[in-house]
Amino acid sequence: MAEATGSSKRVERPLSPHLQIYRIQMTSVSSILTRITGHALMVGVILAVWWLLAAAVSEPYFALANAVMTSWFGKLVMTGSLWAVWYHYLAGLRHLLFDARIGLEIQTAERLGWACILGSVALTALTLVIV
Amino acid sequence: MTYLTDRKRAVGAGASHTGTAHHWFMTMSSVALAVMLPVWLYLFGAAIGGTRDQVVAAFANPFTAILTALVLVVSMRHFAKGSAVMVEDYAHGTARKAGLIFVSALAAVIATTGLYALIRIAL
Repeated sequence: MAEATGSSKRVERPLSPHLQIYRIQMTSVSSILTRITGHALMVGVILAVWWLLAAAVSEPYFALANAVMTSWFGKLVMTGSLWAVWYHYLAGLRHLLFDARIGLEIQTAERLGWACILGSVALTALTLVIV
Repeated sequence: MTYLTDRKRAVGAGASHTGTAHHWFMTMSSVALAVMLPVWLYLFGAAIGGTRDQVVAAFANPFTAILTALVLVVSMRHFAKGSAVMVEDYAHGTARKAGLIFVSALAAVIATTGLYALIRIAL
């Protein structure tokens, strides 16, 4: 170990990955987006479950929850959640493909990453039109 | 007494000691959600913006009620286990234990609250 030189000062080693010079790739971006969307979805889930609870409990409580749900904030959360759920959905399907040993070549994996991003935007727009 | 040898019990368990059980659960729940979510998103989206009577009527429908219950339970287990992996990736020691307890409890509270609301609406 480097500490064996006798100095008690901890050696400052660079962290990996080196964030200042790290060249991001589609594969890493699409991977981290899966985790981010999965967690961000909890905001929408909490709002949706609260809204459902309010509908079950009483008229005044629903009026409050529904006002939040149909406000600009609620619409922002729901539209964002819709994109997040479609992105997470497509990225999950991609993982099922990977598990079946399909699409693991770098070029194919990068194309699938773009398919997740563009596909999720398209599915979000489609859902907003239909619903 | 057990007739399994120590080696036999260890084979396939890997460093996690639980083998591929976690990964397989995430695979199964993701397939379940992949089937259910497109239909549920449509039903849920259609219910938003309605009056309380319309919302209650929508979720009192047996198909919608059962599907919503399934989506709630499966998605919250999927979240709890997926989020646990993130906690295990980034947190260590007491923070890891607290994080694991928190995500598991959060998922349980949300699922139970949703089921309570559904029962009051649909039954």
